[in-house]
Amino acid sequence: MRSIRKHLDSDRQNMADNKMVTDSMRKEVVLAENLAAGYPGKTVWKDANFSFERGEFVAIIGPNGAGKTLLMRMLLGLQQPIHGTIKIFNTQPKRGNPRIGYVPQRHPIDRDTNIECFELVKLAFSGKRWGLGLPSKAEQKSALEALEAVGAAELANQPLNALSGGELQRIFLAEALVSNPEILLLDEPLSNLDIRRAKELVQLINKVVRSRNVTALLVAHDINPLLPFLDKVVYIANGKAATGKPEEVLTSESLTALYGVHIEVIRDSRGNVAIIGIEDHHGDE
Amino acid sequence: MVTNSNIFSVNLVVDLQQIFHYQFMQHAFEAGTAVAIIAGIVGYFVVLRRSSFAAHALSHIGFAGAAGAVLLGVSPVFGLLTFTSGGGIGMAILGPRSANRDVQIGTVLAFMLGLGVLFISLYTGYATEAYSILFGEILGISSSDVFVTVVASLVILIAVGIVYRPLLFASLDEDVAEAKGLPISLLGIIFMLLVALATSMAVQVVGVLLIFSLMVTPSAIAQRLAKRPRSIIIISVLIALAATWSSLFIAFYEPYPVSFFITSIVFVSYVFVRFVYPSKICLMCRKKFNSMSLTKHVEKKHPNVFTEDKS
Repeated sequence: MRSIRKHLDSDRQNMADNKMVTDSMRKEVVLAENLAAGYPGKTVWKDANFSFERGEFVAIIGPNGAGKTLLMRMLLGLQQPIHGTIKIFNTQPKRGNPRIGYVPQRHPIDRDTNIECFELVKLAFSGKRWGLGLPSKAEQKSALEALEAVGAAELANQPLNALSGGELQRIFLAEALVSNPEILLLDEPLSNLDIRRAKELVQLINKVVRSRNVTALLVAHDINPLLPFLDKVVYIANGKAATGKPEEVLTSESLTALYGVHIEVIRDSRGNVAIIGIEDHHGDE
Repeated sequence: MVTNSNIFSVNLVVDLQQIFHYQFMQHAFEAGTAVAIIAGIVGYFVVLRRSSFAAHALSHIGFAGAAGAVLLGVSPVFGLLTFTSGGGIGMAILGPRSANRDVQIGTVLAFMLGLGVLFISLYTGYATEAYSILFGEILGISSSDVFVTVVASLVILIAVGIVYRPLLFASLDEDVAEAKGLPISLLGIIFMLLVALATSMAVQVVGVLLIFSLMVTPSAIAQRLAKRPRSIIIISVLIALAATWSSLFIAFYEPYPVSFFITSIVFVSYVFVRFVYPSKICLMCRKKFNSMSLTKHVEKKHPNVFTEDKS
């Protein structure tokens, strides 16, 4: 009798577990628990817990060398966590996940890259396949749709080396969107843009996030152009990572509590934020 | 090989009949054609990956191999193939970025040339062997060399056909290609092997020192004339073919080396394309393009791109 009851209990428990699993599958795109990032023998940051949901616009902010790109590389399966777990779409990150669209910090595109934008976006669609590949309608259509989604259809036949920094970033965004990803990883897309172009690009990314219901993780130095659009912010500095809504994370109290040193968050009349008091210290040796 | 009985006539058919009457000219055209095609194709990837110095170094590594083969009494092609393939794989394994390490490559390059000089000095035959490896001797190519060249060219063509899209993507945007799961290091090795094979073939036509003229310059010219990889490759092959064919043709009547004509033709074409032809046209295009404000243009087509807020 007791064993039957035990059995029933465990069944009930299993059902509850399953329900939790399906719930989290529905919502969570990225889940990190006690995550630590770094290289063998060097921890860059640790004890990070966060989750990103479908359709969220998330900024990853922090000084140079704080380990922002490390997070991207872990999600892409190019780097292993040194402690804790990170899951994307409820599984371990694996290289070549077609549900991820990636815009790296550096592209080897320079004055000599005389290839037209359309070709780059098409390659992002079919470059994984072996063989010569005849021009296909699906490829053309997807590439054109991706360019239209970033308002760059007019640039399709321009060579890459004739574009301005802002235009290039739009093309790279199209390159990432062409495979219809569910999450976008954007590594410092704003770094070479002036304030106006940066704002335009952020508005465009926000439009993509809302209209396609994709999650976007954007790495940046400066949070201010992003602030009006963000759902969440991950603030990585000094070997730690703080996560939450921007208005919750970016306060003097929460950052002071997290880092154990006095940190001041100053807001000006336009809502711009400045974070003062974090020493330029890059993780624990 | 140039005799006074060969006199250029206005009738091209007669000229060609006269040229193809000689077997060495037939061989030269056969090998030259195969080499021009593969050099034009592989050269595009060399230019795209900015590995022209690595390609240049491979040809010098090949010089040591060729000289060693001569010393052993085998055909230089086999020495070229072994050394360039070994060097190519080595460079690829040392790191994907190794192809851009000027100083290291230069150091190895100089050592290999030195090694080649030693082999040549040990060889008791004529110094013409060294001369033909360094500067090419397509008019002296044997029928077995033609066979090896054609087979190697077919291998390169098939290999490029298989890896074309992934190699192009990895060459153009390596980080994205890596994130998408492409085998970047394997593609790097395949690329270096392709360059090694193509270089070994091209050395027969233009020699170790003039490898740029077939492996790099035609693609560099083509890159300025077209914007799509396929078109660039086709133009690059056509330029390499035109340079090789016309040089063989001229060399039949004039007592100067074929490699001189090839290098001169591609150089003049490059200078023309670089400084005269497209710059004027591009300038016109850019002026027109810049005159319309792009943001306005995009906004007209997609009214909400820059205005929509978080909804």
